[in-house]
Amino acid sequence: MTKQTPLYNTHINLGGKMVTFAGYQLPIQYSKGIVFEHKAVRNNVGLFDVSHMGEILIQGKGASLQLQKLMTNRVDTIKDNQCRYSLMLYENGTIVDDLLIYKIDNENYLLVVNAANTQKDYEHILKYIDKEGASVTNISDDIAQLALQGPNAYKVLSKLTDIEKLANKSYYFTCDVLVGGIKCLVSTTGYTGESGYELYCKASEVESLYDKIMEAGREHDIEPIGLGARDTLRFECSMPLYGHELSDKIMANEVGLDMFIKMELDFIGKQALKNHTPQYERIGLKLLDKGIARENNEVFDENGQSIGYTTSGGVCITLGGAYAMARVKKGFEGRAYIDVRGRKLLAEKIAMPFYKKEK
Amino acid sequence: MKFTSTHEWVKKEGNLSAVGITEYAAGELGDIVFVQLPEVGDNVVAGEAFAEVESVKAVESVLSPVTGIVKAINEEIIDSPELINEDAYSAWFVKVQVEQEGELISQQEYLDLIK
Repeated sequence: MTKQTPLYNTHINLGGKMVTFAGYQLPIQYSKGIVFEHKAVRNNVGLFDVSHMGEILIQGKGASLQLQKLMTNRVDTIKDNQCRYSLMLYENGTIVDDLLIYKIDNENYLLVVNAANTQKDYEHILKYIDKEGASVTNISDDIAQLALQGPNAYKVLSKLTDIEKLANKSYYFTCDVLVGGIKCLVSTTGYTGESGYELYCKASEVESLYDKIMEAGREHDIEPIGLGARDTLRFECSMPLYGHELSDKIMANEVGLDMFIKMELDFIGKQALKNHTPQYERIGLKLLDKGIARENNEVFDENGQSIGYTTSGGVCITLGGAYAMARVKKGFEGRAYIDVRGRKLLAEKIAMPFYKKEK
Repeated sequence: MKFTSTHEWVKKEGNLSAVGITEYAAGELGDIVFVQLPEVGDNVVAGEAFAEVESVKAVESVLSPVTGIVKAINEEIIDSPELINEDAYSAWFVKVQVEQEGELISQQEYLDLIK
């Protein structure tokens, strides 16, 4: 049974081409297409419905300590109103999910998790958390989320709220902000490589919030953005996506996210990481032959030895050309062949991110 | 111009036939970013894949409406695949010396199909 977000009818009215993603009916694109939407976010401003994302509250006197048992990144040094990216691991060192921790205060944390993982995450947290110390509440169905992204996002938002009161550094947030009269939590976060905001509000109020943002954005040519461009934008910035670069089959110390794994901490899965010498790593590949690698294409070195597989692949719309992220044997350098439906396409290892916004 | 139920078109041009995909197919695929074509001299078989077309999100095989020999390929759509989205009926893929037609339908039948 697929779910609809509260904005289902809004998407239909905007010409959204609906698909099922993580159990939700969401637009893959609107009428102007993924390339147009991608460029709108890079050059101007776009609005995404990301209400499918999961939200879990961790509350209580022991919230900080309890949460730290589960997080690979430091919880104790997060400031009030700051967000921090972290992984959550199984005992065996593979990945339950990647998520954002929002610290409201010492006794209140909000976790924003991948839609497809929400229930699994909730159960995992319940399994390990000491209920005396903290309570765990899955509020995903009550909360809707919009992402307003792009260099002109602030212009749009400043028409609806006092922008001076919002955090201006990235990865911070402000609670109880009135945006067009609707109470929101607004964070300076996103999944596009652009500046912008993510806004959380009551599910019952998101239709109104969405309309107000689109209306305020009209003079700035704001565009609605679907899941297709969400993926091409994150891919171009080489951001990992759970189910692709990260999974419950992949050890957390093989995905190029070591800066978010603090081995001095004592978290679930740490011992397994300590005992595991990384065999694979996440790398970037640029295709030299014509063609497009997708997910799960086998990768060979120049001697024809299989060294791994691609985890995401496609065209980088801003840069032009085809690229892939791949999970390959650690230490690989130079050129590789990617098997794309029987054709061996030449590619070379390149640094990630593929695209980085000039500041 | 005639059509297939799998969203290709074929149009006689002198003693050859140009083949492409329909506007509906291009629209469903979305922004097309890559096309893989056969080579001149290759045989194509009605109902069998002879080309691949990739959009930002999807890969689809293109089935040949006819059996015959490829006499020309459209290099322009290799360099600028977006031409297919812009005008699917002038962005031909290959021109074929036809030996035998496959199962073709009229424009009206095709339009009824995608209604």
